[in-house]
Amino acid sequence: MPAFEPPHYPFRPPIDDGARHSVVVAGGGLVGLTAALDLARRGQRVVVLDDDDTVSTGSRAICFAKRTLEIYDRLGIGAAIREKGTTWNTGKVFFGEREVYGFDLLPESGHRNPAFVNLQQYYVEHWLVEACLATGLVDLRWKHRVAGIVNGADGVTLMIETPAGNYSLTTDWLLACDGARSLVRELLGLAFVGKVFRDRFLIADVVMHADFPPERRFWFEPPFHRGGSVLLHRQADDVWRIDFQLGWDADPEAEREPERVAARVRAMLGPAIPFELEWVSIYTFRCRRIEKFRHGRTIFLGDAAHQVSPFGARGGNGGVQDADNLGWKLDAVLRAEAPATLLESYDTERIPAADENILNSARSTDFITPKSEAARAYRDAVLELAARHDFARPLVNSGRLSRPAVLRNSPLSTPDEAPWPEGAPLGATAPDAPLDKGFLLDRTDRNGFTLLVFGEGAPEPVPGVKRVDVPAEGVAAQRYGAGAGDTVLLRPDQHIAARWRRCDAAAIRGARNRALGRVA
Amino acid sequence: MTALDTSPRLDDPDLAFQSLVEAHRDLTPEQSRRLDARLVLLLANHIGSITVLREAIAAAQETGWDVAEAKP
Repeated sequence: MPAFEPPHYPFRPPIDDGARHSVVVAGGGLVGLTAALDLARRGQRVVVLDDDDTVSTGSRAICFAKRTLEIYDRLGIGAAIREKGTTWNTGKVFFGEREVYGFDLLPESGHRNPAFVNLQQYYVEHWLVEACLATGLVDLRWKHRVAGIVNGADGVTLMIETPAGNYSLTTDWLLACDGARSLVRELLGLAFVGKVFRDRFLIADVVMHADFPPERRFWFEPPFHRGGSVLLHRQADDVWRIDFQLGWDADPEAEREPERVAARVRAMLGPAIPFELEWVSIYTFRCRRIEKFRHGRTIFLGDAAHQVSPFGARGGNGGVQDADNLGWKLDAVLRAEAPATLLESYDTERIPAADENILNSARSTDFITPKSEAARAYRDAVLELAARHDFARPLVNSGRLSRPAVLRNSPLSTPDEAPWPEGAPLGATAPDAPLDKGFLLDRTDRNGFTLLVFGEGAPEPVPGVKRVDVPAEGVAAQRYGAGAGDTVLLRPDQHIAARWRRCDAAAIRGARNRALGRVA
Repeated sequence: MTALDTSPRLDDPDLAFQSLVEAHRDLTPEQSRRLDARLVLLLANHIGSITVLREAIAAAQETGWDVAEAKP
């Protein structure tokens, strides 16, 4: 029944050509492939090393957030994800027998992308592989496993094992995207700081024909799973994700037994709905990160750098944003358009983002798994009140769903000269809006800076900055808090770098220089 | 309105105390705890200030005798 057949990519024996590489990515998963494609789209050659020869087993990350979809639009696979995946903006929360409330994550229109599209991670990885190959710039080396590393001041040398023998290669930059069990991290002796939650969850991907609407459903203590929580998501190909909270005392081996899983699913669905299990896993959640993401010429992205619980879809989405943040900076450094010190801003910007994800997912986990009688009483009290009173609904925490980081206090941003009380804040990702029968974000420069000019304003053109004219009134102007004569400078990753009520070419040049780390 | 007011403010303190106690009549300890939690959440929202709420939490923590005695 599952429509997806995992591809097996060809293994190629190592060629010891003595070439020195500019970028090597360790780990051909969601984040590594995204980073590789981002760099290739900017014209960089990238080597990707992966210890396997296929995409992820099981669906793993399934909720692709609006910001991630915008990034994938920029990289050229957004439409495929929207088309294949299940779009959803709404969710429902249940407590015991009752529905407590429903919510809408994208209450306004005029965005290319919905709040979320659910899709199995293997589809996205597969399309990323195809897109990487199509660039002709990405050298995908399947079954090439990193076994040793010398993280030198001038370059990183990797010892690599393959079925056809071992070899070493040297690169200017290593992007460690090798996941929660990152071998690169282990080899460098870097420790995670954070906590492990004393709880276990069963994650089952179930194939079934069911007519539940495409919305996120979360149950606290439902009649079919007393004492725990359950989360339901729809994916593509009639695959559904169900998470059962099992508690710390659950026996992971016994719980993985298909009959046992099937019994839990049947209790939930009732006897009338036939189903098959596609993938089952038992998880313990961790909310933690390594202290710094950049270690000389080795830079960590995604789960190799930070881990969160899945309530909030902040793992995969956070990792994709890491790649989005790093890609244009590393490209600028490789082109000698920016000093290597620009890469320090990857830590400055992405560590607070990771901490925000960790804080949110830790709080969600604390709400879902109360740690004391008092915590449980408050949790249940919130749910009881929420069924009746609006004020208690924001207190219900079944996952604070992934939102893009606002890069507050980034050294790359130019502080506002004039007050800017309305619209997206400085450092936020550019809000999307309808523009000329299309969407604003599609008009931004895919590789460089973009200047949004609201109404009649005519600053001199600045090299390396694409100008986009936007009406001084309407949805876009509202979302940017801008009026006639205002201008907004967007970075290559679509974050707001600077904005002015009145500006000239010198100010734009200055802000672009600052965003490229050229200003002290 | 950003500081916790601990001056006497209830116009009928006896009735206030009686109302709280009566609300718990015939409840199990677990039911009582949930009732108190709902009450605290309703009042916290009515106050609407995280500063005042945290001052109230601190004041409650400081005045508990068991807690005070346990401190060095």
